[in-house]
Amino acid sequence: MIQKQMQERAKQMLSLGEVTCVLGWKKGDFSTNPQPAVFESEKDLEDLVYDKYCAANLSKYLVELTKKEGKVLVFLKPCDTYSFNQLLKENLIKKERSYIIGIGCEGNMQVDDDMQEIGLLEKCQTCTKTAHMVFDELIGEELTVRQGDDPFEGVLNLEQMSSDERYGFWREELSKCIRCNACRNVCPACNCRKCVFDNNKYDTAQKVNASSFEEQMFHIIRAYHVAGRCTDCGECSRVCPQLIDLHLLNRKFIKDINEFYGEFQAGADTDTPSPLTDFNIDTDPEPGSVHKRG
Amino acid sequence: MQKIGVFVCHCGTNIAGTVNIDEVVENAKHEPGVKYVAEYPYMCSEAGQSMVQKAIDEHDLSGIVISACSPRMHETTFRRAAARTKLNPFMLEMANIREQCSWVHKDKEEATNKAHALTRAAIAKVHHNTPLFPGESPVTKRALVIGGGIAGVSCALDIAEAGFVVDIVESTPSIGGKMAQLDKTFPTLDCSACILTPKMVDAQFHENINIHTYSEIESVEGFVGDFTITIRKKARSVDMKKCTGCGACYDKCPIKKIPGEFDEGLGMRTAIYTPFAQAIPNVPVIDREHCLKFKTGKCGLCETVCAPDAIDFEQEDELITEKYGAVIIATGITPISLDKFGEYAYTSPDVITSLEFERMTNAAGPTKGELIRISDKKKPKSITFIQCVGSRDVAVRSKTYCSKICCMYTAKHAMLVKDKYPDIEVNVFYIDVRTPGKNFDEFYRRAVEEYGVNYIKGQVGKVVDNGDSLWIQAVDMLDNKQIKTKTDLIVLATAIEPVKSVRNIAGMLSASIDTNNFMTEAHPKLKPVESPTAGVFLAGACQGPKDIPETVAGAGATAAKVIGLLAKDKLITNPCIADLDPYYCNGCSACEKVCPYGAISYEDTEINDHGKKAIRRIAVINKALCQGCGACVVTCPSGAMDLLGFSNRQITAEVDAICR
Amino acid sequence: MPLNPNSSFTPLIVAFCCNWCSYAGADLAGTSRLNYPAQIKIIKVPCSCRIDPMFVLRAFQKGADGVILCGCHPGDCHYSTGNYYARRRITLFFSMLEYLGIEKERTHLEWVSAAEGNKFASTMRKFTEQIHALGKNERLEDIR
Repeated sequence: MIQKQMQERAKQMLSLGEVTCVLGWKKGDFSTNPQPAVFESEKDLEDLVYDKYCAANLSKYLVELTKKEGKVLVFLKPCDTYSFNQLLKENLIKKERSYIIGIGCEGNMQVDDDMQEIGLLEKCQTCTKTAHMVFDELIGEELTVRQGDDPFEGVLNLEQMSSDERYGFWREELSKCIRCNACRNVCPACNCRKCVFDNNKYDTAQKVNASSFEEQMFHIIRAYHVAGRCTDCGECSRVCPQLIDLHLLNRKFIKDINEFYGEFQAGADTDTPSPLTDFNIDTDPEPGSVHKRG
Repeated sequence: MQKIGVFVCHCGTNIAGTVNIDEVVENAKHEPGVKYVAEYPYMCSEAGQSMVQKAIDEHDLSGIVISACSPRMHETTFRRAAARTKLNPFMLEMANIREQCSWVHKDKEEATNKAHALTRAAIAKVHHNTPLFPGESPVTKRALVIGGGIAGVSCALDIAEAGFVVDIVESTPSIGGKMAQLDKTFPTLDCSACILTPKMVDAQFHENINIHTYSEIESVEGFVGDFTITIRKKARSVDMKKCTGCGACYDKCPIKKIPGEFDEGLGMRTAIYTPFAQAIPNVPVIDREHCLKFKTGKCGLCETVCAPDAIDFEQEDELITEKYGAVIIATGITPISLDKFGEYAYTSPDVITSLEFERMTNAAGPTKGELIRISDKKKPKSITFIQCVGSRDVAVRSKTYCSKICCMYTAKHAMLVKDKYPDIEVNVFYIDVRTPGKNFDEFYRRAVEEYGVNYIKGQVGKVVDNGDSLWIQAVDMLDNKQIKTKTDLIVLATAIEPVKSVRNIAGMLSASIDTNNFMTEAHPKLKPVESPTAGVFLAGACQGPKDIPETVAGAGATAAKVIGLLAKDKLITNPCIADLDPYYCNGCSACEKVCPYGAISYEDTEINDHGKKAIRRIAVINKALCQGCGACVVTCPSGAMDLLGFSNRQITAEVDAICR
Repeated sequence: MPLNPNSSFTPLIVAFCCNWCSYAGADLAGTSRLNYPAQIKIIKVPCSCRIDPMFVLRAFQKGADGVILCGCHPGDCHYSTGNYYARRRITLFFSMLEYLGIEKERTHLEWVSAAEGNKFASTMRKFTEQIHALGKNERLEDIR
């Protein structure tokens, strides 16, 4: 139903020349893995799909698309609009070259290796982002506010473990990493022209990983570099082929930021300073004073 | 191919006593890229420096490491030596094997190993050094003095005498500051106004001095040699050019019961007023909060009587923007609020502060110099001075420091009372009497011995005003007994603190300030009149409690430093500043947000992207503004931003070398 | 200075010190001949805000057993605000290391002024003892 509306509206805007292309999803190899796609004609738009498997966050594609002349029509779910705002704040998207149609979302489904549905994605189970932060128009019914799980439960569980247990957990998790860079490629906050792990400025560029440390360093620094900018869109964990719970790193930073510097949601707007480019002389805690666990 | 020279200094036995120099030399020889290693008893000596220079030329060295004392001590020495050769002076690193090694470790083996590690780190770093070239920045030959008290005025006069233009910004309607409020000065008892007002007049008529009273600093941009500062001249409601200072306006003003700031609230002033008779400029100000014309629209009597037609109710604040080479902070001090000192019954009219006492004994003051109790206008039979009110106390309401001037002015007050009214009984409660200074102790002893002032070592616990007199409860610590006594007038030697506005001013100038809001010096001993921020200087009690001679002497020192700066045509800038690789910059603006100097802006710039021209929004560094802190470098996730002299690669190399 | 006579473990500790306060404080410790363990090796940076978490990880990767960061006291930064940014970065980063199971005692931040030679030496003594008690860092060391 909503898919039909989206197609009709997109066709109309294309035909009127209001936009030059449309960013949405099309059917993948299976019915359960639609993929992001750019549509340039009304005919192409017949392939546009929108269903419970359309989890991919389209915002990051606008970085390249809005560099070109013309205007892009983009369909954004509520959570994706946070990424859009964050990219806008970092001057990576040209607002005037995009037209946002906010679309409703009831949560996306996770599938196993056999493409069988196994329930809501983690990011949807703990979803707190039920409204669009930025849009030009909305299609579909008003959103149903989902009562999700506590997004910080996973972090809290880890915090309550002993230092040894935590180390064991992360060594196990991060040793699975094959450095495919899927997390980095999909992450809207990972928008560097060249990743610090690919340039030779810190002597960190590695072709072959001689030890597990490389993975640890990559993931710690990646989480640190996106701290205060990560909107918690959950794409990193969704795309990880090794099923590493990468969002547990990002959410640790989010949780700490909220606790130390006051509630902050990256991408909720475009003008609140990021916690790491800001400070409060009187209330910022000292590192020693926040150690309370372990 | 790197050709690195390593020079290990014995520093007599300072290093060689704890570090095995031969071993350090031998180990350095095996470090990659090292071509030449030498040792010498005193590398900083003329002979040592020539040795370094000769080695650079003979062995065609591409970089050098000096393993010696702290770079804070001799880096400049060796850079100068290198500059005399063909080597760029920034192709040099020092390994601190004295202050941070031989002097802090006793075990020779441990110290030697550490000296080796530190030398290794310096060698690893110098591999990644690049030639750097200091830039130049211009010097605007004009100074701004913030604060028109004795510190600001005397500093401005000294600078102006040297031939440079000076502007004074003063927040109140007249220059003069706290000294103008004083009656006599210790230890000579000369009249404060008699020595101050000629200086004020000198400043007023000096061709190189411009005075902006009733004005505040609005904004500051720029850096040493090239500050751009906007001054807000608050609306005086009186045209300074037309006013002749006749005083007809305030004589006629119907609002006469405003507690006057200059008289510490003891005397009343009008709504249009000049703070005191010798005010400079002698141009009144309309206090818009109390003026009938501004409150009700009716009145305008002053306008009617003003012959030169100088009253201007429509006048607005004026913003003046000017360029300066140097800024002097001379904002001074003020007594602390006594709100939280209930035990001294300051709410009683007959309990006054020392500054109020100054006004009361001044012939031009609210009582025409008559010493009376405010409550019943009677002459007191007994006066009690209480010292250290809010000073030298760790309680939150108090100041931990000694306010320094109180012992002397209390002795002065006591003596003046006794001199004029020998029949009045004078008691002083003190913790210690501190009188270091020329003729200070003699002065205090005269008060006790010649004038019979009764000094009691002890603190006052409670004061009660029972109408016709004040009851004091105190301790006499020498006799170890409780005292309950009656007195007619109490004078509190109130602690002094920096004026509140200094924090804002320091913030605008990026000058550091301590927990008591006193300005911090660049070095407490060796740079006592400079702030750590280049181009920002300090004068007077904004640095800490000072008396008048100290303030004037300090202001002269400040002036000398400012003149030294303004006399230069160009300044050499630090080349260790941020450095952007435009290709990596993605335009996110994070660096711009953390830069404390506003040195980073973003511009659409043409980039060579693998042979393709592209226009991108990227960071641009203003080399004159950047001070090289590195905040931007760590904020930049992609490593597009780096810091010359402390690059990511240099520091990583040091870490690797130390951890090897 | 033998910290624990029963142990042959000699820790390796990297100290990052800002040029204006802490490095000068370390120099003052030297001028005042205040002893602290030779295991402390100092790297000079212009400001605590120049300390990149990458450097800390790098040190651990290359075998450091402890990393201590020093800067000017809040309010006293030579660059006026550098240590406020550093404080946030380091607070979050240290918290993350703890979360990853790196013993929190292996990292430390201390504000040391140019006048605090005594504090510098005592901080270094205390930190070295702490690392000594923890033993060798094996959790982040590169095995190459």
